[in-house]
Amino acid sequence: MQFGIFTVGDVTPDPTTGRSPTEHERIKATVAIARKAEEVGLDVVAVGQHHNPPFVASSPTTTMAYIAAQTERIVLSTSTTLITTTDPVRIAEDYATLQHLADGRVDLMMGRGNTGPVYPWFGKDIRDGIPLAIESYHLLHRLWREEVVDWEGKYRTPLRGFTATPRPLDGVPPFVWHGSIRSPEIAEQAAYYGDGFFANHIFWPPEHTARMVNLYRRRFEHYGHGSADQAIVGLGGQAFIRERSQDAVAEFRPYFDNAPVYGHGPSLEDFSAQTPLTVGSPEQVIERTLGFREYAGDYQRQLFLMDHAGLPLKTVLEQLDLLGEKVVPVLRREMDALRPAHVPDAPTHAGLRAAA
Amino acid sequence: MSRAPLRVVVVSAGLRDPSATRLLADRIADAVVRRTGAGGAPVAVTHVELRLHARALADHLLTGFPAPELAAAIAEVATADAVVAVTPVFSASYSGLFKTFFDVLEPGTLDGVPVLVAATAGSARHSLVLDHALRPLFSHLRAVVVPTGVFAAAEDWGSVDDTTTALEQRIDRAVDELAALLRPVAPVLHVVGAAPAGASAPSAAEGEDPEFPDLVPFEELLGR
Repeated sequence: MQFGIFTVGDVTPDPTTGRSPTEHERIKATVAIARKAEEVGLDVVAVGQHHNPPFVASSPTTTMAYIAAQTERIVLSTSTTLITTTDPVRIAEDYATLQHLADGRVDLMMGRGNTGPVYPWFGKDIRDGIPLAIESYHLLHRLWREEVVDWEGKYRTPLRGFTATPRPLDGVPPFVWHGSIRSPEIAEQAAYYGDGFFANHIFWPPEHTARMVNLYRRRFEHYGHGSADQAIVGLGGQAFIRERSQDAVAEFRPYFDNAPVYGHGPSLEDFSAQTPLTVGSPEQVIERTLGFREYAGDYQRQLFLMDHAGLPLKTVLEQLDLLGEKVVPVLRREMDALRPAHVPDAPTHAGLRAAA
Repeated sequence: MSRAPLRVVVVSAGLRDPSATRLLADRIADAVVRRTGAGGAPVAVTHVELRLHARALADHLLTGFPAPELAAAIAEVATADAVVAVTPVFSASYSGLFKTFFDVLEPGTLDGVPVLVAATAGSARHSLVLDHALRPLFSHLRAVVVPTGVFAAAEDWGSVDDTTTALEQRIDRAVDELAALLRPVAPVLHVVGAAPAGASAPSAAEGEDPEFPDLVPFEELLGR
């Protein structure tokens, strides 16, 4: 099982000081966080893609290539790659290039983006979100698998005799996860191709995630990729950790109360009870995370959101120390012991190459 | 013969307890029991008092999901055979609390559901709120609003005179119109599409997945 972190790349003021990092500081912090993630033994770091303030993550493959050059082992992924507003031809080229530079330490997660105005800025319409995701990914899937592509669709100019270069490393396309919060069509899409399904999980009640994951599992089996419990599932998680639970709560509360997504709404206590958010000791985070498999089944990838809501870099790095040293080793041992032998590990380039 | 009772859910948005809005809601609820019970299916009335969910509704706006007690209230409305919706008039319209509740319902929740609209205010000068605010709201939600709305001004709660009688008459008329839509001979109101739980919505994908009856198989999504 893989453990890692995912970020959206937001620039948010620290509510305890009122200070916002500069874009330069935030971009450099993303790299420092990724290096730390590798240092503490995490397996995956995923970066976001956004094209509007207050986000700085508009060019994920640039950031990922830089991280790849500064790390040796960690897998680079996205949270998410916008399949709706990014030309699938450029996705094919950018991520294949990255795959070569990073020696295969690359996969990606498709997402649609939910900011209305971004779509027209890229010549698209948010109301076409699902059809765009479906058509564009189908093209991307072909571009990585067929040498010469003739293609015609609704949302981009046709292709005649097009070859996406470079070809994927070792002829093995990057593994693709499809991320979704509440669209059954995306679970269906992931199941159809036998790709991974990543449930955002955080900010929502677990019953909701369970429904979506189990839909994906049933449909994965329906499309003949294996049994439902062999489907490739990833989950988000959200934690703030201190050795003593009360210190975690006291320190995180102002960040929680002012967070851009849910701040000024429910209390930290209610939100912790209603969503996967865990603010507490390493033991509490372990116990809560082990509970995820009870409703999502044995799964392959667990990513934590650790760097949002204006948390300063120093705090985030301390969080990663706690996550990597106190939480993940226990989770890794426990999850591996619980997982039946026929449930596969998370796909990697080496594994996919061996299977090809 | 034992039949499952028809479920009428009364949603009221009074801010205090007691409130004129809840008083009107109770009068309508009493009339529902009194006038629909005779000769038809038994009727079960449930109250959803929105002031109890005021904070959860604000949270829902920010988080996108309901806290457990609000989720239960939404489920009551989503599975109702008919809804009575009662709001105080604030600034020439329904109250923000009232609107917020209907804002957070999933699309399709009230498709084809009979709805009786009612409002309270200090004076009768606001009575057109029923027709210029509530009726368009429920039309947008594709509910079936009964022709008679019930408006109660402060003076309607006064002594037993012609005015009071008129309020009772309006309540009875509106409830009878609601009851007519509840009877088995009523026209089929649940429309094909995003239907509430329990309704049958035949589609190409029916039976494709037990929990997601509207699931469209991927080949169809792909347009092949």
